[in-house]
Amino acid sequence: MDIYGILFWVLSAIAVGCALGVILSRNPVNSVLFLILTFFAISGHYLLMNAQFLFIVNIIVYAGAIMVLFLFVVMLMNLNADVEPQKGQLVQLAGVIAGGILFLVVLAAIKTTQPQAIDKTTTDIGLITNLGKVLFTKFVLPFEISSVLFLSAMIGAVVIGKKEDTHNLQKGE
Amino acid sequence: MPVNSTHYLFLSLLLFSIGIMGALMRRNAIIIFMCIELMLNAVNLLLVAFSKIYGDADAQLFVFFIMVVAAVEVAVGLAIIVMMYRKVHSVDINILNRLKH
Repeated sequence: MDIYGILFWVLSAIAVGCALGVILSRNPVNSVLFLILTFFAISGHYLLMNAQFLFIVNIIVYAGAIMVLFLFVVMLMNLNADVEPQKGQLVQLAGVIAGGILFLVVLAAIKTTQPQAIDKTTTDIGLITNLGKVLFTKFVLPFEISSVLFLSAMIGAVVIGKKEDTHNLQKGE
Repeated sequence: MPVNSTHYLFLSLLLFSIGIMGALMRRNAIIIFMCIELMLNAVNLLLVAFSKIYGDADAQLFVFFIMVVAAVEVAVGLAIIVMMYRKVHSVDINILNRLKH
């Protein structure tokens, strides 16, 4: 097994193990920390596949910004394992069976696909120069629309988070 | 056996299914939200894998846009959850069944 294969299996094991930790741990803070580890493992996969720009963006935006926001909210509400609401055993079992059936159905579908070999030579499609060229030529309209989306989300978050009365504790971005 | 596209399909399907199971199993609104993030990341992983296989940069740009949408969704969603916590002092989604009555 070459180094690519070893790294693939190690990162996959970390990603799946930590993803299971997210849904199984009782303490919400532990769930957030497990999800950060999952995102780091997925970022490692990006690096393995020559997507260097997405690797950096994934770490900065997901692990750095989004998950810290989650962590702030969890700590702001003082959530811990004692106040964690639990579903009944039957409902949890039903959730696992539903997810497992989806897994099996899609697995049966992808089992018949033709495996495509991954070219392990280094390419520069994942570098910021190339991605920037594509983004500002082919995808310039979605890019502009996403800026409008960001603006409306910022305004929306401020409007939703604004207290109607007395002291204004604002929840913006 | 060298790593090929089927491995990535399998890994991403596994992460997606774990996300679905978590969203169905948990009652904490924040954890459900995190499971949705996990599902989005599973899809991102698959898009990057196929971008590598076919040598096409378009898929990586789509990952970029999915990240944009996820960031927007988190900002608005967490604002809604904080607002709900302020009203009912809980993040339990079973409390939000008033439309049922």
